[in-house]
Amino acid sequence: MTDTLIPAPSPAPAPETRHAADRPTALARFLGSTLVWPILALLLLLVVNVVATPSFLNVRIQDGHLYGNVVDIARNSAPVLLVALGMTLIIATRGIDLSVGAIAAIAGAVACTRIVGAADEAAVTTAIMACTWALVVCVLLGLWNGFLVSVLGIQPIIATLVLMVAGRGLAMLVTDGQITTVNNETFSDLATGYVLGLPIASLIAIGMVVAAAVFTRRTALGMLIEAVGINPEASRLAGVRARTIIWTVYVFGGFCAGLAGLIIAANTNSVNANSLGLWIELDAILAVVIGGTALTGGRFSLAGTLVGALFITTLARTIPNVGIPSEANYLFKAVVVVAVCLLQSPRARAALRVRRPATSKGATA
Amino acid sequence: MSAATATVGTTTSAWDRIRSYSPPPRFLPLIVTIALFAGMFGAGSVRYENFGDPQVFLSLMINNAHLIVLAVGMTFVILTGGIDLSVGSVVAMSTMILAKTLQSGWSLPAAILAVLVVSTLLGTVLGLLIHYFDIQPFIATLAGLFLARGVAYLISIESIPINNETFMKWAYEPLTLWSTYWIRWSVVVALVAVVVAAYVLAFTRFGRTVYAIGGNESSAMLMGLRVGAVKVGVYAVSGFCAGLGGLLFALNTPSGNSLHAVGMELDAIAAAVIGGILLTGGRGYVFGALVGVLVLGVIQTFITFDGTLTSWWTRIAIGVLLLVFVVIQRLMTRRQPA
Repeated sequence: MTDTLIPAPSPAPAPETRHAADRPTALARFLGSTLVWPILALLLLLVVNVVATPSFLNVRIQDGHLYGNVVDIARNSAPVLLVALGMTLIIATRGIDLSVGAIAAIAGAVACTRIVGAADEAAVTTAIMACTWALVVCVLLGLWNGFLVSVLGIQPIIATLVLMVAGRGLAMLVTDGQITTVNNETFSDLATGYVLGLPIASLIAIGMVVAAAVFTRRTALGMLIEAVGINPEASRLAGVRARTIIWTVYVFGGFCAGLAGLIIAANTNSVNANSLGLWIELDAILAVVIGGTALTGGRFSLAGTLVGALFITTLARTIPNVGIPSEANYLFKAVVVVAVCLLQSPRARAALRVRRPATSKGATA
Repeated sequence: MSAATATVGTTTSAWDRIRSYSPPPRFLPLIVTIALFAGMFGAGSVRYENFGDPQVFLSLMINNAHLIVLAVGMTFVILTGGIDLSVGSVVAMSTMILAKTLQSGWSLPAAILAVLVVSTLLGTVLGLLIHYFDIQPFIATLAGLFLARGVAYLISIESIPINNETFMKWAYEPLTLWSTYWIRWSVVVALVAVVVAAYVLAFTRFGRTVYAIGGNESSAMLMGLRVGAVKVGVYAVSGFCAGLGGLLFALNTPSGNSLHAVGMELDAIAAAVIGGILLTGGRGYVFGALVGVLVLGVIQTFITFDGTLTSWWTRIAIGVLLLVFVVIQRLMTRRQPA
C-alpha cells in the first residue's frame, strides 16, 4: 500500500494499475489509469482558455503575493475541493452526503454570529474561537449523519437528506434570518489572505488533501474504507469495524464541509444562510465522479478528486472567458456529468470497444 | 350481555371485530400519515380561529397542486427504487418554455404541448441513460437537474411574464364547489393525475411491473417482465409530471423564471417519504404521496397562521418529520424482512 500515496496530480500509477497482471509499458499504464481522462480534460480547458486569452496562464507578483487566473482558480476551488475531499471518502464507503451544503451554511452562520456577538469583533482570538465553535458544530452534525447511517442503518441518501432539508432552516435560526456581516481581518484572511505569496484557502485545502492522503494511504485506513465500500457485511465479518469507519468518514465529511463554509463566508465577510454553499454538494459529487471514484464505492482516488475540483472551477472560469454567458455553466456541467458517466459505464465502454482497438493503435503508434 | 353470550363461539360481534381489526401492515405507514395530517389539522383548528374552515384545506390543495403532481411522478420513480433529482429544474424549465413560446406568439395548446413533450423527452433520455448505460439514477438525474436549469437560463435570464388570456382565465377562475367554497382548475388537474396514477399502478401491467422492479429487479427480469421499458417509462412519467407540475406552478405564479422551484425536488421526495413510500422501492401508494404533500402544506399553513414562527421553521419541521418517518420505515423493514 505504501507505494500508492498520490498527493499530487502526477501521472504516477493510480491504484487501479496494481491489478495489471502483465506489466504494461509506462504509456499504456498511463492511458489505462483513471486519472488520465480528468487530467486531459483539465488540460483541454486550459488550452481553450489560452487560445481565447493568450495571457491566461500568466502569473505575476503583485502586493507581495502571486496574482493571476491560475492563482484565482486555485483559490476559488478550495471550498469545492474540501467538500469533495470529505465526499470522496464517504462515497468510497458506498455512501453519499447530501447535507454538506447545509453544514457549510451552518458553519458560516455560527462563525459569523459568534464574531458579531463577541466583545471585540476585530480580535484575532475572536476569529479563532468562532471558527472553532463552527467546526465543533460541524463535527457534531457529522456525528449525527454517521449515527443515522451506521447505527440506524438508514440509506445514506435519505439519512443525509434530513439534514439537507432541515440544515438551512437551522442556519437561518442561528442568524435569525439576517444576512450577517462581519468585520474581522483574521476571518477574512481565511479566504483572501496570502502566506508566502500563496492563498491561504488553497493551502488549507491542499493541506487537508495531503493529510487525508497520508492517513488513508500510509496507514491501513484507506484499505479498510475501500473494504467497507466493497462489502460492509463481509468486512465486518473479517474483523473490520465497519460501523466505526462509516461513522468516521461522515464526521470527516462534516468537518471538511465546515471548513469550506468558513472559507465561503470569509470570502464575502458575510453569511446568507439561504445561498451559502447552495448546490456545493452537487459540485462536490461531480468533482468526485470526474476524479474516477465510482459512486458504487469500494475504491477512491484523492488525486482524482483534486483534479475534478480544479476542473469544475476552471470550467466556471472558462465559460465567461471564451465569451459564453456564465449561465450556460449549468449546461456544460450537465454535458460533463453525462460524458463522465458514459466513460465510466461498462456498457458504454463495451459499445465503444468495437472501434477502440483501431484508435488506440493509432494513438500509440 | 345476552348479545355477548349469543355470539360466543359462532360469530364475533361488530364491536369485537372492530376491536380486533388490525390493518394490513402495508397500509400502516399510510394510516400513520393520514392520522398525522388529521391530527395536525385538528390541532390547528383548536388553536387558531378559522383554521378549521374547509376553505383553508381547499387553499392547501390550490397552493400545492403542482407539488402533488410532482410527488405523483416521484412515486413512480421511487417505487422502482430510483430517485429523480431533476424535477425542480424541469418545473423551472417548463415555466420558461411556456412563457417564451407564448411570448413569441404560439397558441396556448401548442405551447402546452411543447412543454409536455420537452419534459417527457428529457425524462425519457434520463431513463435511457439509467437503464441502458447502468448510470446510477442519482447521478443521471443530477445531470438532468443541471441540464434543465441550464436550458431555462439559456431561454432567458430575466423573468418572462405570462399574459395569455385563456391561461389567466384558467389560473384565476374559481370553481365553486358548494356555497362559498371554491377551488381552482389546478386542483382538478392534480387530483385527476393522482387518480390516473393510482389506477395505472394498481391495475395495469405497467404498474405491477413497477412494484416488481422495486421489490427485486433481477427477479422481475427473470420473470420475463419488461424491466427495461418500464424503467425508462417511470422516468418518462416523472418527466411528464414535472412538466405538468410546471404548468400548474405557472397557474399559481404566472411567469417564467429560471429561479423558480429551486429545491422543489426535495419537497417532492420528502412528501413521498412522509406518505409512506419506501425509498428502497416496491412499497407505497400514490395516495400516500398526496397526503404527504398535504402534510407539508399544513406545516406551512400552521406557520402562516401562527405569525410568531418564522418561515425557516417550515424547513426544520419538514426535516424532523422526514427523520421520524425514515426511522419508522427503517424499523418496519427491519422487523419484517422483505
